Amino acid sequence: MADPMRIRAQIEGSKATVRVLMQHEMETGQRKDSAGKVIPAWFIQEVSATHNGKPVMTAEWGPAVSKNPFMSFVLKDAKAGDKISVTWKDNKGDTRTDEVVVA
Amino acid sequence: MQDRRAFLNHSATVALLLAGVGMVPSTARAAWSGPAFEAKSMADLMKAMNASSAPAESKDVTLTASEVAENGAVVPIAIATTLPGVKRMLLLVEKNPNILSAAFDVSDALEANFATRVKMGQSSNVYAVAMMADGKVLFAQKEIKVTLGGCGG
Repeated sequence: MADPMRIRAQIEGSKATVRVLMQHEMETGQRKDSAGKVIPAWFIQEVSATHNGKPVMTAEWGPAVSKNPFMSFVLKDAKAGDKISVTWKDNKGDTRTDEVVVA
Repeated sequence: MQDRRAFLNHSATVALLLAGVGMVPSTARAAWSGPAFEAKSMADLMKAMNASSAPAESKDVTLTASEVAENGAVVPIAIATTLPGVKRMLLLVEKNPNILSAAFDVSDALEANFATRVKMGQSSNVYAVAMMADGKVLFAQKEIKVTLGGCGG
């Protein structure tokens, strides 16, 4: 099972900035190991977020996103106590969801 | 024991196989836009995304990043636009093996303002692309110099 994400949702007026740090290899499939064999691609393909259970964003990523990816997005309308949940899914079908309360 | 000729032949075969692997990245799964992520140029990408109009540069789209990235493995980039009616924001790195790095869908609940970190193999132009609901495609670009590539072993 994949390691937990670190999520922080910070209120600025009526908006909330959500910052997410995921733990993932993000192997591109371009690199070779010491024996010259291609290391198979392994990366997060889909990221989605919900705000109090309502889907608010989806993203598609390629292998060019850095290892242990960082992402931030801004919710237009949020308040303290709201729940934000973020899910990712990688190209091997592994998935992880973490939730945070807006502070 | 292989002689030199057989060895060379063998290497050539392996090289071809490797090239084949490089040309066709991992097979895409159901929802993921595989063809878009395999695009090598802006034109290919727009075709894969079914964009109806040619991309135009716009001052209303912003790309925030430092001009020099010390480490190509981790290049922080922010893309944003203040325009209403954005459907999707894309982040492209021109000289990467595949141009599209990330695509964010913009919903009504979100500002079109995203940040992430990408890998860059070499110094390159980077694009922030906004795909509008009315079919327009607007972009901003910036050259980022990389001192240490992010795609090597």
